[in-house]
Amino acid sequence: MKLKWALLTVLFIITTVLTGCEPLTVLDPKGPVSKIQADIIMISVWTMAFVVIVVMALFAIIVWKYRASKQNDEYEPPHIEGSVALEIFWTAIPIIIVAFLSFVTVKGTYGVEAIANDYEEEPLVIYATASNWKWNFSYPEEDIETVNYVFIPTNRPVEFRLYAYGPMASFWVPQLGGQKYAMEGMVNKLTLAADFPGEYSGRNASFSGEGFAEQTFNVKALPQDEYEQWVDEIKSTAEPLTEEKFNDLLKPGHLGQLTFTGTHLGFAPAPEGLHGQGGTSDTEETSDMSDMSDMSDMSNMKE
Amino acid sequence: MDFFDRFAVPNPGPTIYASMVAIVLTIIAIIIGITYFKKWGYLWREWLTTVDHKRIALMYLISALLMLFRGGVDALMMRAQTAVPENTLLGAQEYNEIFTTHGVVMIIFMAMAFVMALMNFVVPLQIGARDVAFPRLNALSFWLYFAGAMLFNISFVIGGSPDAGWSSYFPLANNEYSQSVGTNYYMFALQISGIGTLITGINFITTIFKMRAPGMKLMKMPMFTWTALITNLIIVFAFPMLTVAVTMGSMDRLFATKFFTTADGGMDMLWANLFWMWGHPEVYILILPAFGIYSEIIPTFARRNLYGYKSMVISIVAISALSFLVWVHHFYSMGQGALVNSIFSITTMAIAVPTGIKIFNWLFTLRKGKITFAVPMMYSLGFIPIFTIGGVTGVMLGMAVADYQYTNTMFLVAHFHLVIIPGVVFAMIAGMTYWWPKIFGFMLNERIGKWAFWFISIGVCVTFFPMFISGLDGQARRMYTYSESTGFGIWNMISFVGALMLAAGFVLIVYNIYYSFRYSPRNIGSDPWDARSLEWATHSPVPEYNFALTPQVNSSEAFWDYKKKGVELFKGKYEEIHMPNNSGMPIIMGAIFFVWGFAFVFGMWIVGILATLGIFACMIHRSFEKDDGRHISIKEIEETEEKLGGAKK
Repeated sequence: MKLKWALLTVLFIITTVLTGCEPLTVLDPKGPVSKIQADIIMISVWTMAFVVIVVMALFAIIVWKYRASKQNDEYEPPHIEGSVALEIFWTAIPIIIVAFLSFVTVKGTYGVEAIANDYEEEPLVIYATASNWKWNFSYPEEDIETVNYVFIPTNRPVEFRLYAYGPMASFWVPQLGGQKYAMEGMVNKLTLAADFPGEYSGRNASFSGEGFAEQTFNVKALPQDEYEQWVDEIKSTAEPLTEEKFNDLLKPGHLGQLTFTGTHLGFAPAPEGLHGQGGTSDTEETSDMSDMSDMSDMSNMKE
Repeated sequence: MDFFDRFAVPNPGPTIYASMVAIVLTIIAIIIGITYFKKWGYLWREWLTTVDHKRIALMYLISALLMLFRGGVDALMMRAQTAVPENTLLGAQEYNEIFTTHGVVMIIFMAMAFVMALMNFVVPLQIGARDVAFPRLNALSFWLYFAGAMLFNISFVIGGSPDAGWSSYFPLANNEYSQSVGTNYYMFALQISGIGTLITGINFITTIFKMRAPGMKLMKMPMFTWTALITNLIIVFAFPMLTVAVTMGSMDRLFATKFFTTADGGMDMLWANLFWMWGHPEVYILILPAFGIYSEIIPTFARRNLYGYKSMVISIVAISALSFLVWVHHFYSMGQGALVNSIFSITTMAIAVPTGIKIFNWLFTLRKGKITFAVPMMYSLGFIPIFTIGGVTGVMLGMAVADYQYTNTMFLVAHFHLVIIPGVVFAMIAGMTYWWPKIFGFMLNERIGKWAFWFISIGVCVTFFPMFISGLDGQARRMYTYSESTGFGIWNMISFVGALMLAAGFVLIVYNIYYSFRYSPRNIGSDPWDARSLEWATHSPVPEYNFALTPQVNSSEAFWDYKKKGVELFKGKYEEIHMPNNSGMPIIMGAIFFVWGFAFVFGMWIVGILATLGIFACMIHRSFEKDDGRHISIKEIEETEEKLGGAKK
């Protein structure tokens, strides 16, 4: 019995913590994507809490009631094959729960992909390039590039185009939205947005070797006018990014935060157009199946 | 000297030097000990060359416990390193090697071996067979597993451990980013032990289909045998994918192929897909036998038959089918679109349905029972609530859109430990304790066993529950350290305390084995738990031929029916029993495979080619060898039965 009480206590602590004594970063969303995700997480937590409580209650009652020390010596438990009705019942209940969660999941999974539709402005495109063990952020529109930090305007969707030099890296800004991989030879798109100005920490979440723990970056969300001001300031103060300098940056190691004018996309273009990921940003859904099938023949896909 | 340079460890530290000394001393001590007690002949005749499924089981069991120790020490070091922010106990490189080896050792060399141990011991007994279908192949399976395990473990002191994670994703695992030979060890150790596992799969499917006692129809098999059958079917379908994947990985590393290098026309995601197409069914290879063990123990200690036998069978078959349809959930965030992720979310969550059926069936087996709390039952009961928490968080992880926030984080780590530990590890300890008297003829001490249970089950909660929180707070997995400002410190400290409790529990289990070996009474009879299935119908310890007479069966609880309804199990007169001969070939082949793997790890081609030829020579030798086995005479059977306390009826 001790165990069950311990479990219930822990469960209670977890749910209280989850529900907001001290908000955990994932459950403290600052943008629409992370909002959808936090809501869905909470829906699933409550649904699952219900399941856990039912199972634990049944378990506690049955184990308590049918313990041998409580029964007389002559009691011989009956032989029961099972009960079709009951077994159908506890097959149906999980199916209903899973169906409900599936609905929520599918809706949410499509929802986070279509977040840009909720905004009038076109998404700001930023290329996020992972290399051991740092992140480069290239702004083709503004023609600037930063290392290990990124400024974004609030209330405008930002389309991060992710790729990597070297090991896979997983782009993660918990308060703005979940992860997506940056990989060699292809570009993944992740659209996020910040509703509130502020600083959010981001990192590579996928293990990538010795310097992985420190492969972090900062995201700073600013109102549009301040953001523009920042861009102008960079343009007038930062050094230009040369090919030589960029190749230097790619060497394994850690760098602080750096700023350049120009981007590396000119002399080292992003591997777009591979794996059916190129073209316009709206066609992602239709290219799903080709993603799966072109694993084996990707060499033919090079344009 | 140049030749020997390659064997040096790239970044030696005190732990590595200490291990080297410890390994050398242990080997010397073992050699001196065996020589002093003149046991070489005994060891060779009775154990190293044995083809007896019970002895092979025991060798698997000992190996699994050794590997549990190795993997456990890794785990303790990881938890100690991360217990406080910015700790310097371990460097990044050491930490990376340790979590990689922890994962591989625990899954492939501990859990798999433990499952193999119990399947080997129990399945032939439960179906009333004399041995498995191919006893010598069974020995080969063990020695290949053992060769793989040893090859993997020496990487720590010769050449360097693998450091790309147990999933070993490319491009991180290619020569450019994993320069030491560590990942070669990973590839070849998995290859060798994987072949062994595949052979076991074929062996046990054949055994279960062809060697059941008369009257034991498929739907009258004990539940553990059912899970063993399905598990081995999964093995046969899943392990070839591992074979292919590690072959391609080895070729990328040794022969400059580019299967997983995107820049040269390969595809890094191909590894992830192949790995998890094997890796996800692998999880069910571990968990299904565990479910089988619970399905044996719960009825025994509730003194009730298993509730819903048919739906139990249907649900394990459903789980095994679904296990092949969910692999993408390991990398929802690799860029496939909403459609693919939605499909795999639904298949993943669907697994909750058959698993739920099983949980409710177990609960209803307890209902109207007469529950006694022996140690195996304690683990089986502890399993239900803890596994439910692990399981429901699995459903949460299965929801793609939410998984973008969980993947690669401590939340995931918490989830899979909370299914694997109560699921597999509890079952293995429970099964070990349950069948221990059948294996050894004495019981493990209940009092020490209960202490161990409480340490382990509270320890597992204390260790892994905080990880849910730190994961949701943004702690990625596999980080060797973190800064104080992240606020992860407290959760990791609690985890460390829990890990110490777990360690204490496992130390108690080992102590219990020692204590019981010395002090437990030996006169316990052959059925100390008042159990229900056929393995309890023979003597303890089990004679080499298992059953003097082949049992006649007409229910899934044949032994219970014999005890309660007087249904006769053993009819007829003794006949000569045909048994296989021992053979030195399996261990020799294992040794050659070890040399083969070692040679390829270091690119020593001449040795590698010679070893390859040696392997083929062994197979050719076997093809032309004439060995019809031997017969145990009726007189010998009568004497053995008499010595073990009289014939069984």
